[in-house]
Amino acid sequence: MTDVTERTSEPPRLRARQRARELWHSREILWNLVRKELKVKYTASVLGAVWSLLNPVVFLAVFTFVTTVLKGGIPNYPAFLLSGLLAWNLFSVSLSNGAQSVIANANLVKKVYFPREILPLGTVGVCLVDFVLQSAVLVVFFLVSGYGFQLGAVWLYPFAFVALLLITTAFTLFVSSLNVRYRDVQHLIGLALLVWFWMTPIVYGAGTVYTSMVHSRFGITAWRIYLLNPLTWVVIGFQRALYHTPDGLKYLAPYSSGQLAIGLSMVCVIAAVAVYLCWRLFFSMSGDFAEEL
Amino acid sequence: MSGPAIEVRDVSKRFRVYREKPTSLKQRLLSGRTRADDFWALRDVSFEVAQGGTMALIGSNGSGKSTMLKVIAGILRPTEGLMRERGRIAGLIELGAGFHPELTGRENVYLNLSFLGLSRLEADAVLDDIVAFAELEDFMDTAVKFYSSGMLVRLGFACAVHVDPEIVLIDEVLAVGDEAFQARCLDKVRSFQREGRSIVIVSHALDQVRHLCDHAVMLDHGRVHAVGSPEDVVREMRLTILHHDLEFAREEGSKEVEIVGVELIHHGAPLAGAVPSGDTLTIQIDLRAIEPVEDPVVSFALHDATNAFVFGHDTASGGLELGRLQGMHRIRFDLGPIPVTGGKYWLTLGVHSRDNARVYHVQDERYSFEVQQADGRRDQLTFPVTAEMETL
Repeated sequence: MTDVTERTSEPPRLRARQRARELWHSREILWNLVRKELKVKYTASVLGAVWSLLNPVVFLAVFTFVTTVLKGGIPNYPAFLLSGLLAWNLFSVSLSNGAQSVIANANLVKKVYFPREILPLGTVGVCLVDFVLQSAVLVVFFLVSGYGFQLGAVWLYPFAFVALLLITTAFTLFVSSLNVRYRDVQHLIGLALLVWFWMTPIVYGAGTVYTSMVHSRFGITAWRIYLLNPLTWVVIGFQRALYHTPDGLKYLAPYSSGQLAIGLSMVCVIAAVAVYLCWRLFFSMSGDFAEEL
Repeated sequence: MSGPAIEVRDVSKRFRVYREKPTSLKQRLLSGRTRADDFWALRDVSFEVAQGGTMALIGSNGSGKSTMLKVIAGILRPTEGLMRERGRIAGLIELGAGFHPELTGRENVYLNLSFLGLSRLEADAVLDDIVAFAELEDFMDTAVKFYSSGMLVRLGFACAVHVDPEIVLIDEVLAVGDEAFQARCLDKVRSFQREGRSIVIVSHALDQVRHLCDHAVMLDHGRVHAVGSPEDVVREMRLTILHHDLEFAREEGSKEVEIVGVELIHHGAPLAGAVPSGDTLTIQIDLRAIEPVEDPVVSFALHDATNAFVFGHDTASGGLELGRLQGMHRIRFDLGPIPVTGGKYWLTLGVHSRDNARVYHVQDERYSFEVQQADGRRDQLTFPVTAEMETL
């Protein structure tokens, strides 16, 4: 069977199913690019992938030390922090590297035809590998320290994970396509991520925020606005799934696992729509990447 | 399968050439309209590549041929017009696309092959062939940053020719490597042809184009300048190069002695039609010297259809002293049995001083004649042969 390809001057419109098939055919490129990125990242460094693992280990060490010295605050703080921080790392690194993904591969984009989506998707893939490695450290830490897992809450993990992946993919597609035309985006992202980080209950507890907001002048409205940040949902989902120190639960968002599952499902649906829209934007812009670079 | 492998219909490609490219939002917002000039790299280009055909895309630098190839490959989008392609395309726009210096030869092969559309399994199947073809058996586990440029090119080409597309795009890659390697590359292209793949080659090596392709398109400033058989198009290309680049005049000289008439005579009569290979031909040149000219030399040269020099001769080396020339004279070159076969030959005539210091008159390839080959013969040359037998 022969495929007939037609190309016209019309800006390409995304036909999702057909394009998805094309992407599936090109999956080998994606694997190879991810493998290449990982290898290049760690080659010529003595410790290799250990660097990736060191990040959470150092965080654990520092915060264990700091919280032991300072006392007070959220009990078992390292467990709390890492529950949300790893998710944030996946998101933020993916965004800031993803913005560069098309530009950094300019020589490929100008010389070879392949579905351009592979470049930002590859970035997400690399970050995902790091996420898995770092999560492994976390699991080992939880098991070795005797902190363990609470089976009644861990089932929430996949919900948070899928939501995280969808949100990350949508935003990465968005910034990578925009950054080709407007190089401002990469600078903007640095600042935006800084603000975003503190807008998300990673280093502090969402419960604390809730309490102070509800008692403020704006009341529950402020809290609702706070919840518009999709990453807040992801992070409080991960925290609910992993963090279970009894006297620390008041620091988590005031929702039950069931409520969070429903909330995260809704976030997933919205994020899936966002992925589609960003994909469409990326696709319609990708036809001109070779010229804009 | 029906229809041509590639159809290009009225394709135009416009590039916006920014005097100062606004790549930031601020610039774009503040400058209102962007100061850009339009540059049409391609203008209303139409051609077809037949199933299993080999087409050459030629043209001088900046004529748009690489842009055309990128449009075919899908890297660039046409600004106007339509492209239709039947079959999987592998574009060898650049050898070793995606090669990363830190990866080993083997890893790079897998990476590169995936860009060329091969799955892991397919790549496994051709890996050994590629290694052997590139002659890099001992270096596959070395990072390619330690490769010489020749090794890189060999590996890149080896990958490129081991893919299995229906349509192959080749951009000036035939001019790499040493001669032995080039010969193998050409073999590979020929085997692509035998396998019935459709090929588009961009090349500056005009002789290669002539030998490999069955069809050629010449682009000039983004427009199709000539289409047709490679012989004709290559010839057109050579002439255009002469015109454009060297400002070469088709006719020049101080004209103290002028060529006023030329006749090709075959069997005692003006040539009509083609000369059968092995026949004789006479070139008859009438000269007029307005003032007396001392000891000029008359010469002629033959070029074949691709403008390659075939043969030349002049009165001096033939031992003919013209002496002092004034008024009308007639020079005759009697060509013995013509040894070349089939094709069109172009005649350049010149009158100049013996030391070549003065050119009186040159007519560059103004006259031509065709040599016809006896049916069914495929010789490159003919020469008289007599066979004898004696009984021993």
